[in-house]
Amino acid sequence: MAAVQGGQVDAVEEKDIKTEPSNDGGGNNNANDGRLLSTSPGSSSSTGSIKSAAGPPEDQQTLLAVLQFLRKNKLTESVEILRREAGLPEDSLELKGGDSSGSGSGAAAGSVELAGGDASSLLSRVTSSASTVAPAPTKAAGEDQPDVNVVLSAYSQQGDPPLYQVYYSGLKKFIESVLDCHRAELSQVFYPLFVHMYLELVYNNHESEAKAFFEKFSGDQECYYEDDLRILSSLSKREHMRGNETLLDFRTSKFVLRISRDSYQLLKRHLQERQNNQIWNIIQEHLYIDIFDGMPRSKSQIDAMSGSLAGEGKREANKAKVYYGLLKEPEIDMGSKSKKQDPNAPAQTRIPLPELKDSDKLDKIMYMKEATKRIRLGPEILPSICFYTFLNAYQGLTAVDFTDDSSLIAGGFADSTVRVWSVTPKKLRKVKSAADLNLIDKESDDVLERIMDEKTASELKILYGHSGPVYGISFSPDRNYLLSSSEDGTVRLWSLQTFTCLVGYKGHNYPVWDTQFSPHGYYFISGGHDRVARLWATDHYQPLRIFSGHLADVTCTRFHPNSNYVATGSSDRTIRVWDVLTGNCVRIFTGHKGPIHSLAFSPNGKFLASGATDSRVLLWDIGHGLMIGELKGHTDTVYSLRFSRDGEILASGSMDNTVRLWNATKAFDDLETDDFTAATGHVHLHDNSQELLLGAYTSKSTPVIHLHFTRRNLLLAAGGYNP
Amino acid sequence: MAEERRPKQCTVTVPTESMKAMAESVGVGQLQEESCAALSEEVSYRIKEIAQDALKFMHHGKRRKLTTSDIDNALKLKNVEPLYGFQTQEFIPFRFASGGGRELHFYEEKEVDLSDIINTPLPRVPLDVSLKAHWLSIEGVQPSIPENPPPAPKEQQKVESTEPLKVVKPGQEEEGMIHGKGMTAADGKGKDKGLIRLKPRSTHELSVEQQLYYKEITEACVGSCEAKRAEALQSIATDPGLYQMLPRFSTFISEGVRVNVVQNNLALLIYLMRMVKALMDNPTLYLEKYLHELIPAVVTCIVSKQLCLRPDVDNHWALRDFAARLMAQSCKTFSTTTNNIQSRITKTFTKSWLDDKTQWTTRYGCIAGLAELGPDVIKTLILPRLTVEGARIKSVMEGPVVSNIDKIGADHVQSLLLKHCASVIAKIRPQPDSVEQYRTDYGYLGPMLCSHVMKARTQAALQAQQVNRTTLTITQPRPTLTVSQSGPRTPSIIKVPSSLTLMSPRPGTPSQPSPPATKYIVMTTSAGSSSNQQVITLNSSQSPSPVTSTVPSAMSTLQPLVKLEPGGGSGLTGTRPMQKYIVVSLPSSASSSLEAKSSVLPTSISSNPLEAVMKLDRSESPGASTQSPH
Repeated sequence: MAAVQGGQVDAVEEKDIKTEPSNDGGGNNNANDGRLLSTSPGSSSSTGSIKSAAGPPEDQQTLLAVLQFLRKNKLTESVEILRREAGLPEDSLELKGGDSSGSGSGAAAGSVELAGGDASSLLSRVTSSASTVAPAPTKAAGEDQPDVNVVLSAYSQQGDPPLYQVYYSGLKKFIESVLDCHRAELSQVFYPLFVHMYLELVYNNHESEAKAFFEKFSGDQECYYEDDLRILSSLSKREHMRGNETLLDFRTSKFVLRISRDSYQLLKRHLQERQNNQIWNIIQEHLYIDIFDGMPRSKSQIDAMSGSLAGEGKREANKAKVYYGLLKEPEIDMGSKSKKQDPNAPAQTRIPLPELKDSDKLDKIMYMKEATKRIRLGPEILPSICFYTFLNAYQGLTAVDFTDDSSLIAGGFADSTVRVWSVTPKKLRKVKSAADLNLIDKESDDVLERIMDEKTASELKILYGHSGPVYGISFSPDRNYLLSSSEDGTVRLWSLQTFTCLVGYKGHNYPVWDTQFSPHGYYFISGGHDRVARLWATDHYQPLRIFSGHLADVTCTRFHPNSNYVATGSSDRTIRVWDVLTGNCVRIFTGHKGPIHSLAFSPNGKFLASGATDSRVLLWDIGHGLMIGELKGHTDTVYSLRFSRDGEILASGSMDNTVRLWNATKAFDDLETDDFTAATGHVHLHDNSQELLLGAYTSKSTPVIHLHFTRRNLLLAAGGYNP
Repeated sequence: MAEERRPKQCTVTVPTESMKAMAESVGVGQLQEESCAALSEEVSYRIKEIAQDALKFMHHGKRRKLTTSDIDNALKLKNVEPLYGFQTQEFIPFRFASGGGRELHFYEEKEVDLSDIINTPLPRVPLDVSLKAHWLSIEGVQPSIPENPPPAPKEQQKVESTEPLKVVKPGQEEEGMIHGKGMTAADGKGKDKGLIRLKPRSTHELSVEQQLYYKEITEACVGSCEAKRAEALQSIATDPGLYQMLPRFSTFISEGVRVNVVQNNLALLIYLMRMVKALMDNPTLYLEKYLHELIPAVVTCIVSKQLCLRPDVDNHWALRDFAARLMAQSCKTFSTTTNNIQSRITKTFTKSWLDDKTQWTTRYGCIAGLAELGPDVIKTLILPRLTVEGARIKSVMEGPVVSNIDKIGADHVQSLLLKHCASVIAKIRPQPDSVEQYRTDYGYLGPMLCSHVMKARTQAALQAQQVNRTTLTITQPRPTLTVSQSGPRTPSIIKVPSSLTLMSPRPGTPSQPSPPATKYIVMTTSAGSSSNQQVITLNSSQSPSPVTSTVPSAMSTLQPLVKLEPGGGSGLTGTRPMQKYIVVSLPSSASSSLEAKSSVLPTSISSNPLEAVMKLDRSESPGASTQSPH
């Protein structure tokens, strides 16, 4: 593990480059930019390649450009693969054939040659199916930073600038005049059209026209796009577009709309009759219209799902099967024997999990003992809430975590420190130094007690090491480790035996907003400003998987209880669920109107709850890929969510200083799961937040930033007092 | 939620002049207009971009306030060196300068003497982070402990009592529901929740702790230990969790008054009134619902015929005064168009006052109660009756001795009338004050009133002269009065101890029958005789000017601390050092603690050590701080 810090560039690193198409080492910045950009197209290919829709000649050209780029960077393997994939003649770029140093399979997303062990062998198996993954990096390279014009080139087609307003208002008039049932659906077109037309004007240097256009029509847009419009309004020059990631994303990823076939026909006919090519072109090129058969959706249905940076998730994106069931508990001498395998559960060995140690087994037994004393919560029996207030934190408390057995509490602070408290009478002790350890009797029964240094016993230990605010923190399930992620771009692993830093995982380079241990330990996930989430194993200094696809910062990351999936929330206002095994995105949930700041899986693994700056909590059915509930009540960002141990109650904590308890059982029971809904993904949400709300408890002036249910279902809340 | 706010597009850009100024500051002169415009757009765009990134850091820092470190971090994201060492004590550290037709804000960089920094003692180490646990909720019910916010915020209490039919807001409704659940956990709340929203039934069940608290507090309030009582009253006045105990307190007071009036127990009545006062002072309580119990109790203490065993010796007058002030305060706070408290109270007082058979004690109470309601009430209700009342007093004072008690009563009524009426008359009656005129207007009380009015006028004039300073410098570009202030002055700063707390005379105890007595101390930096200069201004202020008209208001509003900085030598002497006036208003008892050239204004009565302590607000008068040299 010592080698981790070294950062030696070897074969492993070299292969890794393919996912990050630029040289490491020297131009570090450049590398980051490259990766940033690569993320979005990467996702699109994994979710169902959109790119294939682009016209063939253009595609050809792009490919050539990509090939050239790859060659320049001496990525011969990728060149080879791409050439084969695209079916280009070998002489198209006068490439020499195969000085390939291996089968191209190594190029799979973020897969690293593992040092050994189960995990590596299993994970590397995945990489053999490289065909789906390989195009991703190549496309990424094509839209790389140095040539922003490639990205924006589609805008170069000139319309008559003053006519843009006419076009737009013509369409507006049309949509306002269609039948009511179609109007809501067709209105969805406004926002993406508006943005693209505006960008087109800006790109072609029609500054004043762009401004007039913006002023005239920006008021018509839905209010949940306010944040994006603000960014857009500040952008008035072609030069500004360079390096503005939000816009590049808007351009590179197609805005997804779901429209019923009837409505779409209506729109198409209108545009063709009017010969309104300008708008038709935009719709063709920049919009992805997901047409479905059946009744057009209502305004409320649309509003529930829209709001994300790139429209709704495509229906196909949520079609993949997700094994959301729980893994069978390993058999321990006292637990109930031979439970039947859940049909929805993944195979026990789908993801190699670490072997249980003796201490883990002891802990499991403890857990079961505690579980028998657990209070069965319900609408009539609400949990007691114990609030841990951090005093004198001077607004510096940024992250909190409890251990599963609630014996330790850790806080991350803006002053780069991590502090660990013991909340039980048992104090925190360090292991003795090596010299002292030599002296102890290793045969004695209480050797585990003897190795601890009584002199260091204290209630609080401070961990120094980060060089920026600590935004994410997570205890390992066995309480031996602590993870912390920070603004300085690293994730650090701390030992809670020695209270020292063991590893600094570098890779994000930009602030890492969140990190979490897998419920089975060993793996952990981190997500940050570089818009990717990374899956790591504690004994590897390179990530095992890189989950890219979000169009903005990954703000929070959570493991599924069965460790086979991770959920990530992002500033692009979407939630994605990723398969740890394949690295694919298996669910895209849209509906939030602000950056997502909290996620929680239900204990049975079926449902997901998410909270965002729009102060709402949304509930999702993972199996069907549907939104199934909306909980309104908070008045500020929801920073923490947690299900009770049996899943009856959902607790949410917010910046508005309240803890709210919701009736999760009722929320999940009420949902309509007829086939039509499941097939189309059209949800009917009735506003029943008030009925589901079981309690709201206000703290004096303490934002609630973490919640935790103890094994006996006592709710612990934490936050920093903010006088 | 975002639905309400429509996008307010920010098309603000940095002005091109700023670009020029910045360019000059880095040594680029003669920047072209076009370049400036281009630059300003670019700069504005970049600043907005950075602000957006900084916002991200704020969100992840779980804060509501954007800090400079957020901006530093955002700069770091963009690979820009953050601004090191940008820390300032002040809120806005920029200075303003103008000249040559240009205006400029700049950041003042003072030269720092390193030895100063090295030699200053280290600041106190800030407290370390600590962890504290408390129960936010116990099985669904939020316990009333100091760590939790008060169960029902005052606003909600107000809404409940004034608009009981209004649909309770969702957030608050749950609280009610949960409190209800404490008792009726059995009946499921989900089921019986139909379309009709019932007002949640409020329960007044007290926990064991609350019962203990109630017992302790009430015992201390009426007990013999003064220190304990002070503590208990303090608790009543500040504790946020008393909402649920309010009905009990209210009943306690009303029953207590009922019993003790009969027994003529003056001390207990005083204690109970102080409890009322404390309850009214508590910022988290809204007493509206309990006024039906409290007001009769208070009114009893004002107008009851007999409040003590020995009416000739005991100072029950003070209790009446105190209760009258409480009454006035509750009228001010709770009187609405629907309950008409003030008019009803006024009617009650007037009715019994007009009655010939009314005892002197009750008479005194009625007058005190009316007088406390404000100058308007005095003007319309008391002044017309002065002649009649004067005759009545005269008959007691100069007529045959009926009883000593009557005489004392008449005496008190007389001084009460003089005290309250003088200031009002001073305001409404034109000068000059002639004794004869007064006698014809007001009868027996006329001559005494006249002398009181004259005293009040001098007092007002003295204050006016101080207020003059502020108003003059603002309203008149060229303060003519400052002419007289010329003279050699050395600038110096007078420091008023920042922790200066003064006894306020207002919320006095029963022993103090006085209106708000304010005393002003004027401190000047001038070495010369300040009193001299004040006389000059005083004289000049007598001429009818807008300044004198502001005098009464200045008198009635208690201006805690006024800092005056008259513009130095406007027009006369070019560069005279600035002088500072600090006007401190305080009661006479504390005046000795401040040594300065002070002109002490006459006040009527000294404050009492038992009363609540008012912290002196160190607000500056807006006029003084914003003025600029002309």
